[in-house]
Amino acid sequence: MAGIIEIRDVRKSFGPFRALDGVDLVVEEGEVVVVIGRSGSGKSTLIRCLNQLEAHDSGTILVHGLDASRPSELRRIRTEAGMVFQSFNLFPHMSVLRNVALAPVRVRGLTWAEANARARKLLVRVGLAEQIDKYPNQLSGGQQQRVGIARALAMEPKVLLFDEPTSALDPEMVGEVLEVIQQLARTGVTMVVVTHEMGFARRVADRVAFIDAGRIVEIGPPAAIFDTPRDPRLQTFLKSILSA
Amino acid sequence: MSIFDTFLNWKVFVETLPLLLMGLWVTIGLGVAAIVLGAVGGMLLALLRLYGPRPLRWVAVTYINVFRAIPLLVLLIVIYYALPFVGLRFTSFTSATAALSLVSAAYSAEILRAGIEGLPRGQSEAARALGLSPLRQMTDVILPQAVKLVIPPLTSNSINVMKDTSLASVVAMPDLLKQATQAQALAANPTPLIGAALIYLVLLLPFVNLVGVAEARLAKRAR
Repeated sequence: MAGIIEIRDVRKSFGPFRALDGVDLVVEEGEVVVVIGRSGSGKSTLIRCLNQLEAHDSGTILVHGLDASRPSELRRIRTEAGMVFQSFNLFPHMSVLRNVALAPVRVRGLTWAEANARARKLLVRVGLAEQIDKYPNQLSGGQQQRVGIARALAMEPKVLLFDEPTSALDPEMVGEVLEVIQQLARTGVTMVVVTHEMGFARRVADRVAFIDAGRIVEIGPPAAIFDTPRDPRLQTFLKSILSA
Repeated sequence: MSIFDTFLNWKVFVETLPLLLMGLWVTIGLGVAAIVLGAVGGMLLALLRLYGPRPLRWVAVTYINVFRAIPLLVLLIVIYYALPFVGLRFTSFTSATAALSLVSAAYSAEILRAGIEGLPRGQSEAARALGLSPLRQMTDVILPQAVKLVIPPLTSNSINVMKDTSLASVVAMPDLLKQATQAQALAANPTPLIGAALIYLVLLLPFVNLVGVAEARLAKRAR
């Protein structure tokens, strides 16, 4: 079984703290895997290891058959795996259009005209036709995150990585961003999503992975994870979330 | 003799003004050359210090520390009066430009490093995640923001360089101060010195004010 993402026995420590303690996960092409778990459980570290914003200490990470620990292959992984960040990380000195068009020009070698056309199309798709010439600081958080999604999509990635895409948003803006991600999920693009939004996970995920203390404790279809959780740690986690 | 005859003698001032203005051009030429070379050198040093391979990083740190510790006047005198003993003979302009640039590069490097390190981590992470090459990460994402952030301290440093050009008068550089002291000797009157002081002020005060305005604007945006 060869998935588009293969993670084998990946470990990562920050000093004495074990963020990832032997993670195995295979994501199939077109699959949407949602990773849940409490803060500090290692879920963000896991997704950040996929494109090596954090380097893992041991184990293997293959994305599209490319080995993330080899620098020459990592560049290609990064071009094929789009990432959406919790804090958006848009480039504040560039217009919205330029934010989206930049990487296709610099990395894929498109002309500015081609990249701008592609960027315009994507910005329309995420509902930002009016904001194309604005700067990030003129947009709301929800709008900024939708630009972040368009920026990732502009590279026509094989995989999309979402690192808590709605955690920094005001509650009234969460919906508009989740809506966009949900539409993407239906297009068949492979996605790994780290999130605290359980309703979203249930609606969108093909599989939900529950991570605790740096290990994937339980993984399965949303119904199994949310309705018939087996592991006591998952049961406690779900209870604490539902009672909150 | 009144104070006006001694320090603010109009006749002497008018007579010596052409000499002072010649000196002013030398001062500006020297200052601009040192500022530009210092900025280029500072950028290289900052990038080496932050991203270079370990031995080069150490070289950059040592350079930056040494040239911030050594007094400019001492460096200038070493270059102009000591190096000829080992066969390295430079003109006074070259010596002064070298001394000023060497020191300015060290300060510029630290300023630029602070600017680069002051950017949110997410900026370089986003640049990397998009697959941009290291060079593109710098030229498209990091440096445009970092340089903008440090325009006020870079301008302050440039003002210091411009002021320190006056030290070049000790290596017989015909800069504004040197011309003023010579004019003073010729006219047997200190008015040219006052004139030189005023010219330095007119030249640099606008930049000092500019730094204040720029800092206030940055502080306002940070809030």
